Amino acid sequence: MLDMTRRSPRPETASGLARGLGWFSIALGLAELVAPRAITRSLGLRGQEGLVQAYGVREIATGIGLLGTRQPAPWLWGRVGGDVLDLATLAAAGGSRRQREARGIAMAAVLGITVLDVLCAATLSGTPGRATSRGGMSTPRSYGYGGRRGFRDLPERMRGAARDARIPEDMRIPKLLRPYGN
Amino acid sequence: MKALRWHGKQDIRCDEVPDPAIEHPRDAIVKVTSCAICGSDLHLYDGFMPGMESGDIMGHEFMGEVVEVGAENKKLKVGDRVVVPFTICCGECDQCRRGYFSVCERSNRNKSVADKVFGHSPAGLFGYTHLTGGYPGGQAEFVRVPFADVAPVKVPDGLTDEQVLFLGDIFPTGWQAAVQCDIQPTDTVAIWGAGPVGQFCVRSAVLLGARQVICIDRVPERLEMARAGGAVTIDFENESVVERLNELTHGKGPEKCIDAVGLEAHATGSLDSLYDRAKQAVMLETDRPHVLREMMYVCRPAGILSVPGVYGGVLDKIPFGMVMNKGLTIRTGQTHVNRWTDDLLRRIAEGEINPSFVITHRAKLEDGPALYKTFRDKQDGCIKVVLQP
Ligand SMILES: NC(=O)c1ccc[n+]([C@@H]2O[C@H](COP(=O)([O-])OP(=O)(O)OC[C@H]3O[C@@H](n4cnc5c(N)ncnc54)[C@H](O)[C@@H]3O)[C@@H](O)[C@H]2O)c1
Ligand SMILES: [Zn+2]
Ligand SMILES: [Zn+2]
Repeated sequence: MLDMTRRSPRPETASGLARGLGWFSIALGLAELVAPRAITRSLGLRGQEGLVQAYGVREIATGIGLLGTRQPAPWLWGRVGGDVLDLATLAAAGGSRRQREARGIAMAAVLGITVLDVLCAATLSGTPGRATSRGGMSTPRSYGYGGRRGFRDLPERMRGAARDARIPEDMRIPKLLRPYGN
Repeated sequence: MKALRWHGKQDIRCDEVPDPAIEHPRDAIVKVTSCAICGSDLHLYDGFMPGMESGDIMGHEFMGEVVEVGAENKKLKVGDRVVVPFTICCGECDQCRRGYFSVCERSNRNKSVADKVFGHSPAGLFGYTHLTGGYPGGQAEFVRVPFADVAPVKVPDGLTDEQVLFLGDIFPTGWQAAVQCDIQPTDTVAIWGAGPVGQFCVRSAVLLGARQVICIDRVPERLEMARAGGAVTIDFENESVVERLNELTHGKGPEKCIDAVGLEAHATGSLDSLYDRAKQAVMLETDRPHVLREMMYVCRPAGILSVPGVYGGVLDKIPFGMVMNKGLTIRTGQTHVNRWTDDLLRRIAEGEINPSFVITHRAKLEDGPALYKTFRDKQDGCIKVVLQP
């Protein structure tokens, strides 16, 4: 489990955790998608099967996003949003005492996961990603590679300089496909 | 000696390891003076290629001084300065005799495994998975070079390390990619990827006389370097690649397309890329072939797709119908380095091209692990890293 004495997990631990949360999302999402009735019955959410399935789709999408990216932070914040939605849904429902108890347990579990999501997202939000032309962490900067032509002369003047190279017959196009049959 | 070793996904360390020794009379030991990190190393770093084991020494772009030669090696002597091609070849088998060095039939010492995985085994490669022999690589102080009487290229003292280092891989790779296009003076050559390989594709296509060379990427400084070499550029993050390519070719599409990206292609906002990411994430697909699909779509009928970009396993949703109906030719493979080195060395010596233009970062071997990340993430304007042990 997570070492709670640290203020936040190290980025490497957090990346591992993010993957774990990704698989967890997919598992939970699949369960919600294929067995919504079992879930609604035990939690007193009868009639909400459609909603549970929609949540399932959301979980799977987030899970795949988490597993497929190098920058999991936005997906993790997405999970936090989903957690809040789950908590609200659970809190709003009525039902028998047994069902309310079951929902209490479910809410405690979701809260626990929410803490993990927030910790993990906060840690990884601090890790810089690739600087891109847009939305990057550092301001775009010119590196001055415009003069690195690699040729002894301007490219216009180098065009065709290696036409003397012998192109091996096995790497030529069939004669018929050459534009002027040369 | 010190060497950069793979310990798992995104975990490369500079470790102390035993020095290599001559194992076969045709071997040589090379003391590395310069080595580089290649885009192919990134596929290992990111864990996309199968067959790596913890502790493997990385690196397949290196050069240095011969410090020991086996008894049967008639080509090299102690003190020779050599660039070592990344493809290990015997020089004698059927494939080597035809010049298909990267599929040498004898240099892969794990041939039986590779036969199972690939149907038939390709050549052994330095620092590149146990499927291609598991040979310790060149990001190290010393390397044992098997069949050292065949591939190593002797270089004259008048040329610097930085001028000749890339003869071992990326220059011949860009060159072969362009040669495979059989470029005609009327051709438009479109090159996906402005990484080091893409940069050499651009220069090679210009030298071989293409009428128009187009380079596609999204990293501004890489595009800037491609323009410096004579390319028109397309930023795939802000422009539609297919539309722009058609515009630039009067609606007919480029005759020749080169994939210098490989299996880690990025794509923004396209459906197929989301599909690949999802399938790759849950391990149902190994590679992300967005660039291949785009090339198949936009290429002019009867055109050529040249694929130096590395792929590792199985690819999904490849529109082969387009390839068949448009009669496209696909040429691909690891580079047959020695087929080109004499000619390219001469072009460097005559000053036609100076491959050092691509180097943006120089550092000590110990700084290698950090620079893998810098190169992978394209931080700090990084395009090519050269390390000195
Ligand atoms: N065939 C061979 O013998 C051989 C030899 C060396 C390298 N390679 C391969 O060539 C490829 C390129 O190597 P590199 O060193 O230039 O690597 P690199 O990772 O530095 O370059 C790849 C470039 O492709 C760009 N890119 C990503 N997605 C793209 C897209 N959808 N469209 C256009 N560009 C896109 C990236 O921004 C990057 O600049 C790798 O797959 C490498 O393994 C093959
Ligand atoms: Zn390489
Ligand atoms: Zn051979």
